[in-house]
Amino acid sequence: MASNTQEAAHGGGSAMPQLDFSTFGNQIFWLVVALVVIYLILSRIALPRIASVLAERQGTITNDLAAAEDLKAKAVEAENAYNKALADARAEAQRIAAETRAEIQAGLDEAIAKADEQISAKAAESEKAIAEIKAGALESVKAVATDTADALVTALGGTADADAIASAVAERTKG
Amino acid sequence: MGKIFFYAALALVVVSGLIFAPAEAKLAIHPMDQFQVSALFGDHISWYTPTNVTLWMALAVAAVFALLVLGSSRRAIVPGRAQSVAELAYGFIYKMVEDVAGKDGVKFFPYIMTLFMFIVMANFLGLIPGSFTTTSHIAVTAVLAALVFFTVTIVGFVKNGVGFLGLFWVSSAPLALRPILAIIELISYFVRPVSHSIRLAGNVMAGHAVLKVFAGFAAALGMFSFLPIFAITAVYALEVLVAFIQAYVFTILTCVYLKDALHPSH
Repeated sequence: MASNTQEAAHGGGSAMPQLDFSTFGNQIFWLVVALVVIYLILSRIALPRIASVLAERQGTITNDLAAAEDLKAKAVEAENAYNKALADARAEAQRIAAETRAEIQAGLDEAIAKADEQISAKAAESEKAIAEIKAGALESVKAVATDTADALVTALGGTADADAIASAVAERTKG
Repeated sequence: MGKIFFYAALALVVVSGLIFAPAEAKLAIHPMDQFQVSALFGDHISWYTPTNVTLWMALAVAAVFALLVLGSSRRAIVPGRAQSVAELAYGFIYKMVEDVAGKDGVKFFPYIMTLFMFIVMANFLGLIPGSFTTTSHIAVTAVLAALVFFTVTIVGFVKNGVGFLGLFWVSSAPLALRPILAIIELISYFVRPVSHSIRLAGNVMAGHAVLKVFAGFAAALGMFSFLPIFAITAVYALEVLVAFIQAYVFTILTCVYLKDALHPSH
């Protein structure tokens, strides 16, 4: 086997390649090279870059959170403004309603007063007319009674004395 | 559904048993062959020869580059899949360093990230069948652990001066016990890189060797090879877990040691 001849070539005699000291120099040399290369890659490129990416992300998150906080405050402010506007509008509406009501009431009162006045005027007028009619009617009654009495007296064969009839009618129609 | 799969697998096993007659199969298991370091060109291996170590380390570097550089190249605020994984890896290690080693440990973050990314990529690449696992070699993990050990020790003395030795002087213990504890602490301090390196290489190597052993059984058992194949599937799943966990353990221990260097008081 190749490994056997190699072992023999290295004069190891040991079954463990790990204990073959002839390869130590080679391994250590290449290990140091590999470590130096990795160290340079990490310290020059990879780690600063990843650190900056992480810092940037942290910054972005912080900014976003601050912006969110800001927006939240704005939203609260807007809500307050809205509520205030709403309350104002409500008060205004109530004021306008009260005003309108008062105005309407005033107009109504005026109209009622006017109507009352007109009604009373009309009533007075009517009363007056009624009184006139009443008076007229009384006069007519008197005339009719006089005429009737005169006719009755004449029919019964008497001679009607105008003055007596008038006084009799006046006496009867008094009560 | 499961029944259909079972019969299909059984049929496959029987057919393969007929094709690869058991008489020819010998129990020839070489679980350690996969760890052989070999030159890519030629036979001779000197310290600069491009070997399979070179190849798979280069692939690990390429994987790290692909994930962390190409993955994050769009710099998207809302990340895509690759960028998410890259950011996840970044955040995972960054948080680990910050939590375990403290705020002043953060300037070692690129260094620790390098270790983690290399180990995790090497471990996962090693799980590709036929690949070479660089982290299964004690030479590699020992260098990684030694780098951590020396960094931590130097940082400890530079930051705290002689005060760094307070790490070994347990001031909360009774005075009589302190010298004994100091010796124990000192020994444990120097054993750290050993356990640090052997833990990683040992876990990775053992898992891969077990996979190879089961694979050898599968070749030898003929129509009963489905048993070791199921076992391989299970062990492979375990190895995927181990690949990540060992990288994690290595990294978090590095952070713990770094914390000791930065804040040596108990």
